Amino acid sequence: MAVGHEYGAPRKPLAMALSDRVFLASMGVIGGVYVLLIAGMLAADVLYMVRQSLAASSGSQAWTAAVTESPIVDALRDPKIRYSIRLSLISCTLSAILSVFVAVPLGYLMSRVRFPGRRLLDAFLDIPIVLPPLVVGLSLLILFQFAPFSWLAPHVVYQVPAVVLAQFSVACAFAVRTMKATFDQIDPRCEQVARTLGCSRFQAFSYVVFPEADRGMVTALTLAWARSLGEFGPLLIFAGSTRMKTEVLSTSVFLEMNVGNLEAAVAVSLIMVAGAIIVLILTRAVGGEESSSLFRGGNVRERGGARRS
Amino acid sequence: MIRLDHVTITAGEFALRDVSLTIPSGGYGVLMGKTGSGKTTILETILGLRPVTSGRILLGDQDVTDRNPALRGVGYVPQDGALFSRMRVRQQLGFALSIRGVDKGLISQRVGELTEMLGIGHLLDRVPTGLSGGERQRVALGRALSFMPRVLCLDEPLSALDGETRGQMCELLAEVRVRTGVTTLHVTHSLDEAAQLADPLLRLVDGRVAVEHAASGDKVSEPPVSDAKVPREKAASDDHAERSTAVVRPTKTGRLDIQSSP
Repeated sequence: MAVGHEYGAPRKPLAMALSDRVFLASMGVIGGVYVLLIAGMLAADVLYMVRQSLAASSGSQAWTAAVTESPIVDALRDPKIRYSIRLSLISCTLSAILSVFVAVPLGYLMSRVRFPGRRLLDAFLDIPIVLPPLVVGLSLLILFQFAPFSWLAPHVVYQVPAVVLAQFSVACAFAVRTMKATFDQIDPRCEQVARTLGCSRFQAFSYVVFPEADRGMVTALTLAWARSLGEFGPLLIFAGSTRMKTEVLSTSVFLEMNVGNLEAAVAVSLIMVAGAIIVLILTRAVGGEESSSLFRGGNVRERGGARRS
Repeated sequence: MIRLDHVTITAGEFALRDVSLTIPSGGYGVLMGKTGSGKTTILETILGLRPVTSGRILLGDQDVTDRNPALRGVGYVPQDGALFSRMRVRQQLGFALSIRGVDKGLISQRVGELTEMLGIGHLLDRVPTGLSGGERQRVALGRALSFMPRVLCLDEPLSALDGETRGQMCELLAEVRVRTGVTTLHVTHSLDEAAQLADPLLRLVDGRVAVEHAASGDKVSEPPVSDAKVPREKAASDDHAERSTAVVRPTKTGRLDIQSSP
């Protein structure tokens, strides 16, 4: 057959264009359902809050009163919620810093060093992510029944340190994933060149790898912070939900719901939503594409591996 | 001199067994071979980035088989340059000397020499982002030469460059060889690069290194194993093997001690 004479006949241009449009539209509709679900949940919270605020106020100053006397403002005035916000900010920050402190060396080792059982360890590190949150809390509680942890139990279990530890135990797994993805994306050749230039492994890490991982660290920090903010199950089991003691924002929602105060629960939820959105915007702004690699796990592209030519 | 003496390298399921090669002092060895034949593996072994299972690696008269990459005195230019993205060109060129604790004045002097030799003076305050392929490789070459290594390893350094830039870089590499006398191993697929630079030309076939064209003045001890016809480059001086190599070593006071070594 002569060159240029294709086998078979492709579909007609119009049918091809229609097929492409239908394909993209189908993908958009299926994905859009989930986007609408998220948007709907957030909008419902806001609408509920506005409706309750307006219902509680009347007259010409209704809108002003709706703002000043809204459940959110009420929640912010409540000493218990204020304590909860303060403890949340402190514990989330501490657990995020601890997570990154552990995730940098662990992520680096998982990315750069080949050792027996590496794949097993890689899967092992995902356990806190896939375990039911209540099981994480229960496991922590049981762990502190055994020495040497039991010696510290009176100062940790159902105390403020338990809040940080429970948040850290889950958030750190996300930070490790992020840091591993970050180190996977840094060309190992740079580090190898640094070593041939006279650097020890530590110097190569400090002068070359670490500076290039700064965005990844910010991403890991903010994601660990956001994850800690949303932690609830492990906290409930391991730290309890004692007001003005181990109460953080997620437990505030639970406690307010328990006493039938739905307005306050929704108000605290909206405070958390605002915090999470701020953190996610910061993550996207600072971390860029790296922030989207959080859940890539072992599928991250590895550059400059064992190349042979 | 670069000498691999019956070296066996195992990298996962890949293995190179009983590899021997010699590049005389001041020589410019070009190593060719098929993709996946193990050229880069040999280069990484010389750099100390990959351990050997058996055999010896000698650089000059020193056995460096078990020596840390940092202590081998080998400059390395990878395929894409692998420039440090957060450092300006000036910092990259001075990095090796800075790590070695060399005095700032001497670092500045050495950076000046390198920029003059490589024509990158206008790039000193730039970061790697935005540099062209040729500029990146010039900076990578300068960084590798900054501490005056006795051996230079180039891993397909020109493969990503256009024809014109590649020609310019070949001329530059030949000039660098003449000016520094550094013993070089250059891994490439390009017959043009081999034609312009090889002295000797080595070919890796089935895990064995054959000398296709001996270094200037040397006799070929092994028969050619390939039918590729590569003209031998004569431009470089024939007496390079006898030329001394300048070696700069930082002293405890931070000053550079410039010595001549055969």
